[in-house]
Amino acid sequence: MSGDYDVAIVGAGPAGGNAALAAAQHGLRVLLLDEQPAAGGQVWRAKSSAILAAPATEESTAGTSLRNRLAQSSVTHLSGARVWQMSQDDGWKLEVLQGGSSETYTAKKLVLATGAREYVQPVPGWTTPGVIGLAGATALFKQNLRAPGQRTVVCGTGPLVFYVASEIRRLGGTVAAVITPNARMDWACATPALLHRPALLARGALWVADLKLAGVPIYWQHAVTGVDGDTEVTAVEFAPLSHDWTPEASRVVIRADSLCLGNGLIPQIEAAQMLGVPLTHDAHLGGWVPRAAPDGVTDVAGLYLCGDGAGIRGAEAAVHQGTLTGLRIAADMGFDTSTARDSSRALWARAARFGRAMTALSIPRAGLARLSKDDTVVCRCEGITKAGITQEITHGAGSCNAVKSGLRAGMGPCGGKFCQTAVAQIICTETGQDVAQVAPPTARPPLCPVPLDAAAGAFDYHALPIPKPAPL
Amino acid sequence: MIRLVPNHASKIKRRDKVGFTFDGLRLEGRRGESLAAALLQAGHLNLRTAPFGDAPARGAFCHMGICQECAVRIEGRTVEACRTELTDGLVVERVS
Ligand SMILES: Cc1cc2nc3c(=O)[nH]c(=O)nc-3n(C[C@H](O)[C@@H](O)[C@H](O)COP(=O)(O)OP(=O)(O)OC[C@H]3O[C@@H](n4cnc5c(N)ncnc54)[C@H](O)[C@@H]3O)c2cc1C
Ligand code: FES
Repeated sequence: MSGDYDVAIVGAGPAGGNAALAAAQHGLRVLLLDEQPAAGGQVWRAKSSAILAAPATEESTAGTSLRNRLAQSSVTHLSGARVWQMSQDDGWKLEVLQGGSSETYTAKKLVLATGAREYVQPVPGWTTPGVIGLAGATALFKQNLRAPGQRTVVCGTGPLVFYVASEIRRLGGTVAAVITPNARMDWACATPALLHRPALLARGALWVADLKLAGVPIYWQHAVTGVDGDTEVTAVEFAPLSHDWTPEASRVVIRADSLCLGNGLIPQIEAAQMLGVPLTHDAHLGGWVPRAAPDGVTDVAGLYLCGDGAGIRGAEAAVHQGTLTGLRIAADMGFDTSTARDSSRALWARAARFGRAMTALSIPRAGLARLSKDDTVVCRCEGITKAGITQEITHGAGSCNAVKSGLRAGMGPCGGKFCQTAVAQIICTETGQDVAQVAPPTARPPLCPVPLDAAAGAFDYHALPIPKPAPL
Repeated sequence: MIRLVPNHASKIKRRDKVGFTFDGLRLEGRRGESLAAALLQAGHLNLRTAPFGDAPARGAFCHMGICQECAVRIEGRTVEACRTELTDGLVVERVS
């Protein structure tokens, strides 16, 4: 067992990084763990060492600042450290995979700042190499400064679709088209929130104006309906959507070698779920969220949550909630932090309002599910189609857990992280339940694939640890 | 043509190229970049064959270490290409 800390924090993004700094300022011994090679999280992901020099961006500047502050602090930051198991007895015990072997760390308090992942509605051909997640594309940009291909279609909701298109152009790539389920009207409705953040509004307007000047077509209220090509993308098909996002019959085909596709972010809740934090459903926060106060406090003693993992409110809210959580922990350990907490809470509330308005642009509407056809692969790991899942539900599987144990959908190496939202959606369609009634599957350790050879021996795809079926 | 978003491609300075192999093919990439990015740049997006279903060709999808679609083998271990840094002479195999 290595080191005993006051606070262990999982995730070194804006939330976890700032929680670490705030707690360390009060003299607490802080362990900050992240699987990435450097701090920054998703939004401020660091450049790889392959980049010797590159023009700064807003994200790279903010990330450099966080990394510098952490380096100058007393925080112990372990990078390349994947937390795969956590348990509570007298304090917290964490199992951490680093450089191929597993270590145990202990701490009095635990903060989960695990951020978000994205939802991608399955469409025919979405498994074709060259199709990548819309948020995932930004990881490729920030870390490697590479475009996804020579000629890319960018499709998705909210501001991310324009950011991704703009970054592709900045990195020298070509955007074949921008396709977004949102109508111009959806953006008009978000304007009041945007007016409170004029800098972001101006940045967004610049992205759209640049695309227009460059002659890149923007298809509002459209969505990608299919991808052509077996081993590589050759073309992308798309269609106009009705008001509830049902695809209309007409199709447009555009030549492209790559596609960035996404339907908004969802909180990574598995760790909180595993540790017993109750979940609630709030579409404006990305779906199922673990219950946590603005200062991170949860129903589980000694466990705190902050950032997008506690509800998608965006990077700025994550910063303030991180600080607030670090200060709250300091208070819980006997330091007076009430004045600082008051000002952080006000900043958080303002940023969170804006974040919710942006998240609202991605709330899936009923018709979106129709983009998946009967023979569309829904569970990528196990190659299970929508028809296969529908059949299981018709035979009585009425919950994500039941589908998972009956079919193995969600039991592959990704742990169901990419299909559970689509599976829940199919359950809703088949049984008439509301999304808020279909709970996510029970979370089981390991949190992420742990090579069995972390201890000894070789393994292959089939040997990736697959959690036992959840009890029904 | 006026561009509001400048093209920064020529302003990005990368490390020298190093050699690696993928499925026996000799390729080049930049030391320290993600293996998934190096393979993408070298024109290899199809990284593995999925063991189940009718859509077997797969490549990097999430770029954040979750989906496992970018799994490749290095020195007998299955690793995520999106989370592996390219080193000189790396020998990368497909996951059968
Ligand atoms: C791929 C992706 C790209 C995004 N890009 C942008 C963007 O460009 N602009 C924007 O405004 N928003 C972006 N977002 C939204 C994002 O959620 C931000 O709002 C912000 O990064 C949230 O900060 P956070 O600290 O809550 O979480 P994150 O920044 O996501 O940080 C969480 C950290 O936890 C680590 N982690 C998670 N689980 C484990 C584990 N088990 N063990 C070890 N480490 C773990 C992750 O590696 C990550 O670094 C993106 C989201 C995603 C998923
Ligand atoms: S691309 Fe998803 S794990 Fe690497």
